[in-house]
Amino acid sequence: MSELLQFVLSGVTVGAIYAAVALGFTLIYNASGVVNFAQGEFVVIGGMTAAALIALGVPVIIAAPLAVIAGTLVGIALYRLAIKPAGKAPLVSLVIITIGASIFLRGVMQVVFDKQIHRYEGFSGDDALRFLGATLLPQSLWIIGGSFVVFAALAWFIGHTHAGRGIRATASNRFAAVLVGINTGRAMNLSFALSAGIGALAGVLATPVTFTSYDAGVLMALKGFSATMLGGVGSPAGALVGGFAIGLIEAMTAGYISSDYKDAAAFIVILLVLFVMPQGLFGRRTTERV
Amino acid sequence: MNPTLKALLITLALVVAGALIFPSSYYFRVGSLIWINTISVTGIVVLLGYVGLVSLGHAGFFAIGAYAVAVLPGYGVPSGAALFVGAAAAGLLAMVIGRPILRLSGYYLAIATLGLGMLIWMVLTKESWLTGGPDGMVVAGFNPRHWFALVGIKMKSTEAWYWLTGLVATIGVVLAVNLGNSPWGRALRAVHDSDVAASSLGVDVARAKVVAFAISAVYAAVAGSLLALANGYITPDTAGFMHSVEMVTMAVLGGATTVYGAIVGSLILTALPQVLTFVAEYEHIVLGGVMVATMVAMRRGLVPALGDLAHRLAMRGRSK
Repeated sequence: MSELLQFVLSGVTVGAIYAAVALGFTLIYNASGVVNFAQGEFVVIGGMTAAALIALGVPVIIAAPLAVIAGTLVGIALYRLAIKPAGKAPLVSLVIITIGASIFLRGVMQVVFDKQIHRYEGFSGDDALRFLGATLLPQSLWIIGGSFVVFAALAWFIGHTHAGRGIRATASNRFAAVLVGINTGRAMNLSFALSAGIGALAGVLATPVTFTSYDAGVLMALKGFSATMLGGVGSPAGALVGGFAIGLIEAMTAGYISSDYKDAAAFIVILLVLFVMPQGLFGRRTTERV
Repeated sequence: MNPTLKALLITLALVVAGALIFPSSYYFRVGSLIWINTISVTGIVVLLGYVGLVSLGHAGFFAIGAYAVAVLPGYGVPSGAALFVGAAAAGLLAMVIGRPILRLSGYYLAIATLGLGMLIWMVLTKESWLTGGPDGMVVAGFNPRHWFALVGIKMKSTEAWYWLTGLVATIGVVLAVNLGNSPWGRALRAVHDSDVAASSLGVDVARAKVVAFAISAVYAAVAGSLLALANGYITPDTAGFMHSVEMVTMAVLGGATTVYGAIVGSLILTALPQVLTFVAEYEHIVLGGVMVATMVAMRRGLVPALGDLAHRLAMRGRSK
């Protein structure tokens, strides 16, 4: 029983991270229709920047916000320098651009930082808490708590502010949004910034538990994708549920089947979703418009 | 001129030209790599250029070909037959995976192949009883110079490999051009332009996509087999994500709509790290930068862009 609880706790911890990645995907996808393959890199930029600053002796309370700002700036740069100039490029070109951008960012991180695996001490130390026979790192609570704060803040921002409504209008129908005078360019900028910021924050919170390295982004993106697809592409609620589900599935696979193949779980989920229910759990069944 | 014949002559001429100007074995060795890459990138051209689909897991198919010639000879299958087994296995896997995914439009194939490539890499790394694990495995000796010796031509191993890979690449390029100009190829291009329009003209869109995906997987597997045999050694890195990205970048840079783009892209991105060693060090920045820059500034790639330029200059010359 305590074994199962242990797996659930670790599943929920990584699940919170995947949910944040999936939410980042959904933000960008809804606003711009772009499937951002560089989403995992935002997480790594957050983690690596924080690790480098902390290694230089900067206190966590300053390093963490700086890392999130760095990620956000990279997100804005991605939109301004790669997505926007491509204009009305076909879907395939946009996919290639975001893949190229993700590889490019990897290379930059390899040069700016290094090829080592990094971590730093958890925000509240590394002494495990005991809980019904299972152990839990205090950092896990930071991760889970942090992601819920982010989700709530985002829901409020999107639902109740002027800029947030602009994003929603742009997502719903870009052309109509332009017609009623919404600055869709600003909405897109904001979506990329928010998405990257959320990713970077997830990286900052997660690194003490999951570790990070310059090339960790692809796997993170793959898990985020499978969370998004399980939840239903385009649905923020689906992204959350999908993220936690993928985290739990992965933890159970590692615990009961084989830790060698825990990363395969995400891929199997993608295939099953595509085979059985392409619209995901919360996605709308859409008819393609011609 | 008939496009198929033109492709045959151009590719053969390039193979011969290389052999004539290369001063040392080292050049022949790099030349073989260029032709091996041309084969796998031609597969990407069929998928990306003809049909408009991106795969991020072609290194997985490449590795299936590579490990087929590495593993099967241990069970009594000759290397030549193992190449065909690997190609068939890759094609079959592509069909099985592709069928449900390709009914859906858009980016789903990119995501699914990203996962598939990683899964294959994972299996190759973890199942060391079969594959030698992360250290890779030795590939049983196979030397095409004996074939050339049979017909009375004596040459060094590196030269023999150059000619063999060059000839296989020529066959691959010619078949791809032939496919592109066949009714099937026109159906594929119609799908590229518009799924809906193509299906209204009676093209089975899902089937066309699956066939193109399987064909491109076979190209990757054949290239993988040749690389494993030429190197005599193979590691799971051949299945790695960066290798898949490299293939797509070569196609995008050269121009994914034409097989000549595959040749030019392979040539540039294979030779560049040999000439400028810092390129190998900054592989990620170079590949990623090339992808983004090409897509933003020259979406169709080098060969079509140069073609346009030549055409424009010719028109200007005529109007004067």
